Amino acid sequence: MSVVAVVRFPGTLDHESAERAARDAGAEVVEAWHADADLPAGTRAVVLPGGFSYGDHLRPGAIASRSPIMGAVRRHADAGGRVLGICNGFQVLCEAGLLPGVLRPNASLSFVCEQAELEVADETTPWTGGRVRGEVLSIPIKHHDGAWFGDPGTARVVLRYRGANPNGSVDRVAGVANAEGNVMGLMPHPEEACDPLLGSVDGRALFLALVA
Amino acid sequence: MSASAEPLHRQLGLTDPEAERIRELMGRAPTDPELVMFSLMWSEHCSYKHSKPLLSGFPTTGPHVVQGPGENAGAVDVGDGLAVVLKVESHNHPSAVEPFEGAATGVGGIVRDILAMGARPIALLDSLRFGELASRRSRHLFTRAVAGIGHYGNCIGIPTVGGEVGFDDRYEDSCLVNAMCVGTVRHDRILRAAARGEGNLLVLIGNRTGRDGIGGASVLASAELTDADEDKRPSVQVSDPFTERKLIDCCLELADADLLVSLQDLGAAGLTSAASEMAAKGGVGLRIDLDRVPLREPGMAPGEVLVSESQERMLAVVEPGHLQEVVARCTRHELEATAIGEVTGTGSFVALWAGEVVVDIPAEHLTDGFPVYEVPMDPAPAPAPLDLARVPEPDDPAAAWLALLARPAVASKRWVYRQYDHLVGANTVRRPGGDAAVVRIPGTTKAIAVSLDGAERHCEVDPHAGGMAVVAEAALNVACTGARPIAATDCLNFGNPEKGSTGWRLAEVIRGMSDALRALEVPVVSGNVSLYNESPGRVIYPTPIVGMVGVIEDAAASVGHAFGAEGDVVLIAGHAEPRLDGSEHLGRAEGRPPAPDPAAVGALVDLLVVAAAEGLLVSAHDVGAGGVAVALAESAMAGGVGAQVALHGGRRPDEALFGEAVGRVLCSCRPDAADALQALASAHGVPVTRVGTVGGDAVEVAVDGRMVHVPLDAASAAYEGAIPEALS
Repeated sequence: MSVVAVVRFPGTLDHESAERAARDAGAEVVEAWHADADLPAGTRAVVLPGGFSYGDHLRPGAIASRSPIMGAVRRHADAGGRVLGICNGFQVLCEAGLLPGVLRPNASLSFVCEQAELEVADETTPWTGGRVRGEVLSIPIKHHDGAWFGDPGTARVVLRYRGANPNGSVDRVAGVANAEGNVMGLMPHPEEACDPLLGSVDGRALFLALVA
Repeated sequence: MSASAEPLHRQLGLTDPEAERIRELMGRAPTDPELVMFSLMWSEHCSYKHSKPLLSGFPTTGPHVVQGPGENAGAVDVGDGLAVVLKVESHNHPSAVEPFEGAATGVGGIVRDILAMGARPIALLDSLRFGELASRRSRHLFTRAVAGIGHYGNCIGIPTVGGEVGFDDRYEDSCLVNAMCVGTVRHDRILRAAARGEGNLLVLIGNRTGRDGIGGASVLASAELTDADEDKRPSVQVSDPFTERKLIDCCLELADADLLVSLQDLGAAGLTSAASEMAAKGGVGLRIDLDRVPLREPGMAPGEVLVSESQERMLAVVEPGHLQEVVARCTRHELEATAIGEVTGTGSFVALWAGEVVVDIPAEHLTDGFPVYEVPMDPAPAPAPLDLARVPEPDDPAAAWLALLARPAVASKRWVYRQYDHLVGANTVRRPGGDAAVVRIPGTTKAIAVSLDGAERHCEVDPHAGGMAVVAEAALNVACTGARPIAATDCLNFGNPEKGSTGWRLAEVIRGMSDALRALEVPVVSGNVSLYNESPGRVIYPTPIVGMVGVIEDAAASVGHAFGAEGDVVLIAGHAEPRLDGSEHLGRAEGRPPAPDPAAVGALVDLLVVAAAEGLLVSAHDVGAGGVAVALAESAMAGGVGAQVALHGGRRPDEALFGEAVGRVLCSCRPDAADALQALASAHGVPVTRVGTVGGDAVEVAVDGRMVHVPLDAASAAYEGAIPEALS
């Protein structure tokens, strides 16, 4: 069974739902504590779940990106291992330089929580489960600092918001991968779209990619 | 206040006879720190000295009750060894002074009440009242309070799943911010506040103690607001949700490892209240070494340490042998944990400062020694029914309908709940915007439905019927989702009970609530009273807020308020004659709204629960403010499909459309389920009327030979646009 490590920083909030989603995708889930310098033995893939690590003090993700576990996450990514950053996890990956761009406060300057429609912009990464370009995923967003800012010409944009841009991100970017495609970050919350009871199962593709 | 030459007890809000009583109880003059402690513990906010005799009327027992009033929160059994813990509390006065921090710390406080029971918080709701949005001050209070609630709730990772907002000039000077939290806990893991075990240690966990929030309970929460309130801003606490999140994780871990004897949060009156309640409930004494309390700033006086309302602190009783492990686990969560004293056998609250005893009070004097006051019972005149002849009939009912949908009190609250994370935890089955939120109980296939409601105009004109109405509406909101209501929590927001008819209204509202709760067999397991919500110019409406929790055995069987498919049958379940008296359409507290029939409401609740479990309902929506017209438009907008309906009842078309009467639910079902639903309804003794069909892109009502037609897009523009436009 594929071991998926879910990283926990002080202030991480979505680890339990991310763990549930990874388990449902077939993973054996282990916790990776922020203060540890190594990932648990046998880790095949890593999830950085959402939340307010360190209370968003300084800048969202800034403090967490410098915590001991991130050295291990970087080594894992450099070795080609898969890493999924969700919301605050995406912010941490950008702050750590593992993904291009930064996340700025929403254009509205307000927190926004609602269901979002996402278009697959790059069908060649493992993260969208074989969906073709232009297919639409329904996954909720909930963030205050989700406006991606970067160069969409050079970044590997995997997901874009469809319809009205909910946060003012450049080129409606919702999620990006690194050039190799093994590190993925997105502001929407796929772990909240894995259960028919909650209205959508479109988030499962991202968790299945962790165990593929 | 500080500049006055008044004796200290008066400066602290104690009356001369109260000061004398303290002297008698103590058998000596109290020290200054002792007097400060008494002033807080005997404040209305902590002691309920004006409301306690009236509260005894509530039903508080029942087969499901695991913990009734008197603890940090109430608890009810939901099967499988699990209990649901619930409480609502006000943070009105701090929010009027500093809305962002006032509302944020209100959320923090109610979450710690749930946490103190050893429960995992799973849902938050908020009930808010402000002046009209035409007022700049009210727009400021509203937007900042919402921002504060969002900031705190989002950051601690507990979904804010529901609540309500109302706007009326009567709240212009005294806004209301009531926060409710629901949690779950295994029966064998429930913690209580009572300190036990001589020699056990008192461990303070969480934030350091500073000068913020000193005197919050007495200065802010137990007196009327005046123009000088700007000066009270330092009495408002400062929020730190990041530490609260660590506190939640850490305390649940400590409870799970069975390392805590008891647990209590530090709220109003800080350490004084937490420690004296732990001592009095346990029938033990406590000795606290104030020098060991970690301080945020130097130079604090012992009295300040004792009453600081610095947030995000919990006080635990820990066996000495477990101290090391408790501290280690707290340290791992980057929290301070400090042994500041111990449990003694004396029954006294003793505090030392620099080795000297500065406080030595029998704990029960603090928690139970206060005088109980009878409030004056001057009845308000009975209201006369509305003279319909003096209410102009709208020339264009469709325009009146749209205007009603655009009233901020009726309009969509999306602007509010879009700012709240209502999904975190991945258990939110029914999101905000419906009758009640539905949240799966983690690790089970069950769900709770939860709503928070008020009926203040009704309570103003007819407090007994209004008290019944607020309970009935809360129960119906929960039942519309298919959940059986099992427990309630309440926050009684009133003006100064020593003035006018406020005391009588309070008593009447409680009597009405109790009558309805008994009929519905729903106990009150926790609650809060907030008095003195008035300024020299304005007294708030009597505003009881009821939080209701219900249980759905199969989360997947819950029902929403959205219409489904074209051709579905539209029905109204329950019968009550709609009246414009006190209605949203009338827009003022005038006339005599119909009193709810609790027995009929109970039968309707039963019908909804059974019908949902049998899969007979596509939608169910309580007919509330704005009458059938608003309920119809809301179900249609939510489903993205219209309906054609014929209405009867009411003495005029506008009364049929917009008249209100608690006890009616707008339902829809598939055509092939209609007969079964009607048979079930007659078996429950509930009248059900087929009124129309789902379909089209407009809501159309035939009433008294006229057709009233509102296109869905026009309805949505009015309903969704109102609050954003009022704020822009």
